[in-house]
Order: sequence, then C-alpha cells, then structure tokens
Amino acid sequence: MKKVEFDIPVITNHPVTPSIEPGAMAHVKPFVAKQAHQEPLGFPGELVEDWHDRAIAKMGELLGKYRSLVVFMDSCVKCGACTDKCHYFLGTSDPKNMPVARQDLMRKVYRRYFTFAGKYFPKLVGAVDLTREVLEEWYSYYHQCSECRRCSVYCPYGIDTAEVTMAGREILASVGIGQKYSNEIIGKVHKIGNNLGLPEKALVDTLIDLEEEVKDDTDVDVRFPLDVKGADVLLITPSADFFAEPHVDGLIGYAKVFHQAGISWTLSSHASEAANFGLFIGSQDNMQKVAMRIREAALELGVKRIIVGECGHAWRVAYSYWNTLIGPFDFLDPKYPAPQHICESTYNLIQQGALKFNKEENDDKIVTFHDSCNVSRASRMGNMPGGQFVIPREIIKAACNHFVDMREDSIKEGTFCCGGGGGLLTDDLVELRVKGASPRVQALHEVIEQHGVTHMAAICAICKSQFTKVLPYYDMNMDMIISVHQLVGDALELGVEQ
Amino acid sequence: MSLEVNGKAYETDEEGYLANLSEWNLDLAEAMAKEDGCDLTENHWEVVNFLREYYDEYQIAPAVRVLTKAIGKRLGKDKGNSKYLYELFPYGPAKQACKYAGLPKPTGCV
Repeated sequence: MKKVEFDIPVITNHPVTPSIEPGAMAHVKPFVAKQAHQEPLGFPGELVEDWHDRAIAKMGELLGKYRSLVVFMDSCVKCGACTDKCHYFLGTSDPKNMPVARQDLMRKVYRRYFTFAGKYFPKLVGAVDLTREVLEEWYSYYHQCSECRRCSVYCPYGIDTAEVTMAGREILASVGIGQKYSNEIIGKVHKIGNNLGLPEKALVDTLIDLEEEVKDDTDVDVRFPLDVKGADVLLITPSADFFAEPHVDGLIGYAKVFHQAGISWTLSSHASEAANFGLFIGSQDNMQKVAMRIREAALELGVKRIIVGECGHAWRVAYSYWNTLIGPFDFLDPKYPAPQHICESTYNLIQQGALKFNKEENDDKIVTFHDSCNVSRASRMGNMPGGQFVIPREIIKAACNHFVDMREDSIKEGTFCCGGGGGLLTDDLVELRVKGASPRVQALHEVIEQHGVTHMAAICAICKSQFTKVLPYYDMNMDMIISVHQLVGDALELGVEQ
Repeated sequence: MSLEVNGKAYETDEEGYLANLSEWNLDLAEAMAKEDGCDLTENHWEVVNFLREYYDEYQIAPAVRVLTKAIGKRLGKDKGNSKYLYELFPYGPAKQACKYAGLPKPTGCV
C-alpha cells in the first residue's frame, strides 16, 4: 500500500499535446505471472530455455493465422496521425507510447525474421534481433496500451494497435512471461466462474442482501434471482456488479427495470461473469473457454434471451465474438438480438412506454456520459448506425433532467479510454493509470467548469473502478462516477400501474 | 517476499499480502498496518475481524454492501457506509482491510 511517487499531470482548460520525454515510462511494468497463474491457462510456468525460437515460431503462427497482423506490420507509412491520439502518450509524454512507436517494437522484429530486406540488410530497414532486452521492452510497453483502439480511428490505413498489443502479449505469455493480473483472473473464471473468485454460496448471500436493501429503500419486493430454470432472460454481468461501488447500484437498476417491466430473468452461478480477459491477452483458446460457460448456462437454464450488463469489453466479446466462439444461438428466441445489451433492452422498454420516471429524483445531478472504448469502437447497439452512442444517452435523458456531453473529440468513436482498460486495472500500474486518465479528466474538467457537471455515468465495470481510484488524484470526488442504470434505478417509478 | 514479525518470517506476495492465511496473527496484522503508516484502532479491528469471519464462511471477502451493512450493525448506522470505511482504510476498504486480515487481495474489475 506504499504510495508510488510520481508527478500527476496538470489539468488545463484546453487539451495540450506534451513535449516528448524519452524513457519517461520505461520503468513501468506489471507483476509477472507465477507458475500458478500461467499453467492453468496453458502457458509455461516460467521463461522457457528456448524462448527465442519459440517466440519467433509463435509470431510466425500468428502472422499465418491473422492476415490482419501481416497487414498491420507492413502497411504503416509513418504519417504520424496516431502520435498524439493515445491517452497514455498524452498522459506520460513517453514517445514509445505513441501508437506507431509501440507497434514498431514488434515491427522491427517482424522485419528481421519475416521480410527479405530485414533478413539480409537489417540495418537498412531498422530490423533487430529478438533479444531479452527487446522482450523486456515488449513486456513494459505492451502493458502500456489498453487496447482501446482510439489511434486506429485516426490511422489512414486502419492499423489496429490493439491487435498488435494482443499479439505481443500472446507471444510473451507463450514463452512464459504472462501478466499476473490478467492471468490470475482468467484462472479464477476457469475454476470458479468469475473474475473475483466469488463462490456460489457468497453470491447467494450477496443477492439476498441486495433484495433486503431494495425492500428497505422502496418497500417493493424486487428480486435478484439466481439459477432459475425456465426464466426468459439470462443476465450476464460483470462480477464487479455484485461486489463493488458504484457498480452494484447499476445491478440494482437492472433488477428494478426487469421487475417493473415484468420480465422473468435470472443470473447464473455457473456463468457469473461477463468479463472475458482472454481478449486482453490475445488468447482465443482462453477467450472461448471463458465464454463457453455462458452457452452452457443458457442451455442448462433453458432461457430464451441473453442480456449483457454494463461491461465494455464483455460487450465487444459478446457482440463480435460469441457467435464464432460459442454459437450458434439458434436455441434463443429469434425475436430478440442474441446477445442483447442491457441498454438496448431498457431503451426499448422506454420506447414502449413500459417504464415511467420521476426525473426529479436525479435533479441533484448534472450528468455527462463517458463512452467506453470497446462499446464505442468495437460494437453497436440497436438497429441504427451509432446506436451505441445514442441509446445510453437517451436512457440517461429519460431518467435525468440535466445532461451535457463532453467535447466532441473526446466522446463517441473518439472517446478517451478511462486509463485502466485492457487488463491494466491493477495497482502495480497505478502511475500509468493515473497519467493515462488525464485526457479524459481534462475533458471532464471542461464541462465541470462550463456546465457544473457533477457526475459522469459509464457502462463499463473497468471504467467505474478506474475512475473511483484515479479521480481523487485530480482532486475530484470518487463518487462522481456512476452507473447508467443507477440513474435509471433511482428515478424509476416502481409498483405503479403503467 | 516476506515480512518479519517477532523473529518469524512470513511469506507474502509482491504487494505484501500474506501467502498462507493460516499463519495470520494479531501481531502480524499490526505490523502490516504499521508498514503502511496506519494504526489499527478498535474500529479498524471490527472491520478486520468481520472480514475474517466472513472469509471463513464464504472463502471470499464480502461485497461492499454486505460489509457496510455489517459494520453499520456493529458500529452504528452512521458508520455503515463506504465513506466511513474509506476514512478507516484510505487505500480502499476491500484491498487494505483484506491485507491486514491476512486475506488474498480481491481480483477483477474492482
């Protein structure tokens, strides 16, 4: 718990691109996974003796498997469009956190081993041998990318830095240098069913407590059902929703919506996690194994729909990967999207007039919305282009009288990462997290100054935990960050005839 | 890594969380807190003891609402909220109090 000493970026009234400080973040690297965290995921427990050959072979395998990776390695023309787009560069000034430079850490090795020029004239094309030092540098800087893909929006070639980072991490883990935070968590999902390692007995107890809490607050019997066979909806939500604040108020919001709309729903103790850190470490095998619990639970419980709670990367995995990993979903009701986001479901209910709000309940707040990167840039909601931007905002406006957006280039597809995504939400990276949050905090500061914004709502468990932790570094209150469905739950009229 | 208390070395992880739950004792908790510049008062102990009891039954630290409710019952309703728990454990009640209770650090998006 010793406080890590570092300079906190100064928040200015306008966005600033910093002067470069080479090596400013070279000292930052997360804890390396131990044997106990590596082996259950199918990775070697420690650095293997023939790491060089195995790393190059793994790289070759990935280049063969993902045509995109070859294109990303070959097509960069060093135009510089990405250089000032990464929140980690903007927050740390380290030029290796410019997306092009971070990609180049792999690109120069790729050239050496996989291109004609690099094999025979390495110095001419900036190709280098894979050494221990290079691996160390990969480990450091591929854990200074949150795979948020903001840079890719501005890249004229559409180079996806996240895929390069995922490949880098996968190669590292495959030679025995995995990241403790992500790998320990994935191991818990394989063993217990969620990131926290929350066993069924504790989950039951927690849900009973929540039922009591809502009853005390509202005098209405709102249920939090678990493992109910024959329920219509299976809710898959991040386990942080059971455990942490402000997440739990979002969960209470979902339950109130289901209650009020008369939807029969259930949680599952077998699939008690929406998050899927297999994505972060670039491991398809682990991603599939984590996701498979959801298919198994849906079949076992005989549900007709699957709804995903407020979790950014989980929605990317659900929306873009589930069908390949655990589909087809031909056993679900075809009238509904499979899967469906909780915001789509709530939005549709609002459109149908099934939910009524006392918006005055939220009159103590002036709210803005933080778009989460994986929802914004890797998925969609509803049946309209840009639905992932429209729907959460329309929900907030239905439940609140006071809503304002942040600066246009800091929201929607240009949204800044919270600074803790992509498997970096760990205390050993707190310096990176605080600094990387600064572009978002700067844009938030503008609307606080201009419009008196008091709260920022989000639909991602990582964003919520990250801001709770880092906002106080900027003298902002940790309670500023809230769940979208907390706003819904607080203003929803319960128990009245609709 | 390890922490030495009363002449005995206790294995910990990189962040000082106790490796073997069964080795926990009062002096160790005091020593861990002292390392962080924190003096354990009676109210800190209420939280630490509750965490240990809960973990014993459920093999996990309690969710924040379970914890605040329990502390509210033990220390009075005005103290059954996260604000008070953050006053006691400024690094976050779940993480810091778990450490002194000898429990593993909560993992995940928390």
